Amino acid sequence: MRAQAKLGLFLLLSPLLLWLTLLILIPHVDMLLVSLRERIGVGQYQIGLGNYFTFFSEPLYLRTFLRTAVMSILATAITLLIAFPVSYYIAKMARGRVRSALFLLCLVPFWVSELVRTFGWMILLRETGIISNLLQILNLTDGPVELLYNDAAIMVGLVYTSMLFMVVPLVTTLESLPDEVIEAGYDLGGSGLSVLREIVIPHAMPGIVSGCIVVFMLSLGNYLTPTMLGGKDSLWFTELIYSQFIVRFNWELGAAFGFMLLILSSTIVWGMLKLTGQSLEKTMG
Amino acid sequence: MKHVATAVCSALTIAFACGTTPASADTLRLLTWGGYAPENVVAKFEEETGHTVEVTKSNNEEMIAKLRATGGGGFDLAQPSQDRIAGPQAEFGIYKPIDLSKIDAALFIPSMLAATKANTTVGGEIYGVPHVWGTSGLVVDTSKAPSVKDYTDLCGADVAGKVSYRLKRPTLIGFAFAMGMDPFAAYGDEAAYKEVMDKVEAKLVDCKPNVKTYWGGGDELMGLMRSGETVAAMAWDTGGWKLNADNPDITFVAPASGALGWVDTFALPAKGRADDAAYAWINFVMRPEIAAMITEAAGNFTASKGADEFAAADLKARYQASFPPEALDNIKWYPPVPAGLEAIEGGVLDRVKAAQ
Repeated sequence: MRAQAKLGLFLLLSPLLLWLTLLILIPHVDMLLVSLRERIGVGQYQIGLGNYFTFFSEPLYLRTFLRTAVMSILATAITLLIAFPVSYYIAKMARGRVRSALFLLCLVPFWVSELVRTFGWMILLRETGIISNLLQILNLTDGPVELLYNDAAIMVGLVYTSMLFMVVPLVTTLESLPDEVIEAGYDLGGSGLSVLREIVIPHAMPGIVSGCIVVFMLSLGNYLTPTMLGGKDSLWFTELIYSQFIVRFNWELGAAFGFMLLILSSTIVWGMLKLTGQSLEKTMG
Repeated sequence: MKHVATAVCSALTIAFACGTTPASADTLRLLTWGGYAPENVVAKFEEETGHTVEVTKSNNEEMIAKLRATGGGGFDLAQPSQDRIAGPQAEFGIYKPIDLSKIDAALFIPSMLAATKANTTVGGEIYGVPHVWGTSGLVVDTSKAPSVKDYTDLCGADVAGKVSYRLKRPTLIGFAFAMGMDPFAAYGDEAAYKEVMDKVEAKLVDCKPNVKTYWGGGDELMGLMRSGETVAAMAWDTGGWKLNADNPDITFVAPASGALGWVDTFALPAKGRADDAAYAWINFVMRPEIAAMITEAAGNFTASKGADEFAAADLKARYQASFPPEALDNIKWYPPVPAGLEAIEGGVLDRVKAAQ
């Protein structure tokens, strides 16, 4: 009986284990091995930490690395600030059809690919684009305005791309908060602000944290949005990885960069969980 | 990252898909540039030979990266530029030698065939034969930026904020020539090449405020030039001629220091399995009348002998306007890139991109 149960467990687990080993574990091990290889001549390699040394000795790589992290954290914070009221409205104030319609509206942009969405923003923001023309028609500016190719454009793109991934977990957690609890808070003399601080936010914390983790990861690993909207100053870490692999044929350094990104994202997520006193099981479970 | 993932996925898909089908010489998996295998040519070839053709569009860097990922598998015929064959072949061994007896040499322009053979020889074996050639130089809106005659003029005050170029190696090479240096002469000497590149880096960093954005793809550049957001850019000749058809003010200008000439080749990936189909394709597309169809689609001329007669008159006229005889003689043809130079260039490009 016990042997049978064990076999059953093993069979049930095997797809997951296969998935984890074949698609996650093995590629990462391979990448680690590649990152530890140094090129010393044509077709000649030796084992060493040279690639990681290159990463830490070149200020440009470190700067891009930190810039990507800071911008991603900022994008996550902005997404949270915008998504929270939206989610609260959907979960607590809207009823019936309005609610489904609002939720659907959040979903609609994701029916087209990321590339098309980014092109949409480019059409809006470029010098000969819609917003620039509108400002000129309204006589708010003298000449065409360039809104594309700067950090703000990257930020807009990132926030827009990740909105849904913040709204969904927030709506789910906020829905589970009974209205009576909020009413009780007001009955006991709480103001809007204190109810938000003492009741709503603590209850929504797991949703906030899991939304933040997802959005942060998506921003950090985004390639298309920063490259296309950022133009000549985009400087995103994934772009560096791409160019090492594809343009420079330097897989060794690219793999080292990939590992640094993995370490960075894991550290920041871990730090975020510690800071908010949440655990991964609590937020994801 | 996404691009890398896609590349790896497609490589995996191909590997698995190929595992199930028997090795037959009927499917030619062609790794090429946009426009080099137009549908009408593919249909004609399939009808005539019975082979089927699967076209994958790519560029130099991605071709090498894809072939490197599979050790030269997944494709039966690739079309890298002639200067990018010797280095990667020496380093990664991703191609196999071409059997010249299976190629009809009479179809090629002799001087071009000889030059490509010389440039793609590694260890006594020949790895490439020429197909399409063209140049890169400047695309200029002559009504708005008459001052732009050379690459360095893109940094002039009168076109500030209205120029664009790619952050890739042709830009480095072009600027080096325009600054009076000869980067090709320094190819063999890493220290000398680094010195040249350091000067180019300083110039490009100075020039950065002038740049609207660094363009990535041809369509992006077309959009920038057509909308008038940029008035001068570094680009391929065909891009300029295409724009010229819409707006007579915009055209390709061969820079005073010389346009940069490239030749895209045919090369056989090391693990290609349809060599006969590959040779059949090469001999088929080099026929003058077929080569003219490719010129029509890609906009560039081919190494096919006698194909010029079939080319459209308006394309010929644009070509002659951009290339008076002295400009034609001044074309700087890319010599093979020695392995390892890309690392120097990579550092320069990264630092230019990061400069404030």
